[in-house]
Amino acid sequence: MPRNDVLVDADWVEQHLDDPKVVLVEVDEDTAAYEKNHIRGAVRVDWKQDLQDQIRRDFVDKDKFEALLSGRGIANDDTIVLYGGNNNWFAAYAYWYFRLYGHDQVKLLDGGRKKWELDSRELVEEVPAREKTTYKAKEPDTTIRAFRDEVIESIGKKNLVDVRSPDEFSGKLLAPAHLPQEQSQRAGHVPTAKNIPWSKAANDDGTFRSDDELTELYQGEGVDFSKDTIAYCRIGERSAHTWFVLHELLDQPNVKNYDGSWTEYGSLVGVPIEKDV
Amino acid sequence: MQDLSLEGIDVATETVIQGTVTRAGQPEGGAYVRLLDSSGEFTAEVVTSATGAFRFFARPGSWTLRALASGDASADAKVDAEQGTVTEASISL
Repeated sequence: MPRNDVLVDADWVEQHLDDPKVVLVEVDEDTAAYEKNHIRGAVRVDWKQDLQDQIRRDFVDKDKFEALLSGRGIANDDTIVLYGGNNNWFAAYAYWYFRLYGHDQVKLLDGGRKKWELDSRELVEEVPAREKTTYKAKEPDTTIRAFRDEVIESIGKKNLVDVRSPDEFSGKLLAPAHLPQEQSQRAGHVPTAKNIPWSKAANDDGTFRSDDELTELYQGEGVDFSKDTIAYCRIGERSAHTWFVLHELLDQPNVKNYDGSWTEYGSLVGVPIEKDV
Repeated sequence: MQDLSLEGIDVATETVIQGTVTRAGQPEGGAYVRLLDSSGEFTAEVVTSATGAFRFFARPGSWTLRALASGDASADAKVDAEQGTVTEASISL
């Protein structure tokens, strides 16, 4: 897919701040970040409260997703521009999720909140009032979502890309190092997975590297573009970032994000695990 | 570090690296601090609080902290961290 169809830069966003058919949506791990300030006109989606079922571990169903977008004043023909902190991890997760429910016109702000802040661009506290809509979602597109059984069957067959940091991959850490390490699951990685940290796909300011650099990165690390690919991390947000790179920027056809990721796999009874420490 | 609480966290089992980012002697809130492992690979990133504070939960070993802030300001600091100890670091932009 041409990069311009899925990615916009900060200048583009500034030029469309008053475009009623462009809706900015902020998605953060730190859900209080939006309350402090945000890009003018942006609405918030809380990845935990809004995008997860509050009882089962799963997505919200189609009805709840429709209610969420309707309540935020997002229409089916609106262009959604997602951005957030953590180098767009959760914005990329929301991008993948919105695609899963069939929203076509969705883009990521390159560099997310970080690049915007480093550029000292305008942030406001005012929460916009958008009129409610009647949003209609499609049935979930599971061609971009992997489940645990498929991951186990893919060992040694498909490209498995573990996008966590080297220390999480090897089993030295159980969570990204901005979080406490107390966890119940086993440490390590899925056998035959390649460790290609999400961060290798991004520049220091959070923007994506060029298509040529990205192609060289994944092929250089042993990803076979003639095979299907499953990306995973700890909870599926960093791997959504890599899914975006492989599926949306590099136009690879069969790439899935395994959102169960290590918190599920590392808790399964009887599955193979490789650990380097 | 008054504004980043360790309440409820078992520090004895963690390898905490924390500190503050300053610019011209003043705390720098909203700076991005990266934790890089001994091979220079990204391990985590946080944003400093209003008082310039940051914290990581790492593992024992050598780490590099890299702060990035507006105006193309950046600076590195190296630390050696131990389990059960809170390792303090200060970074001046």
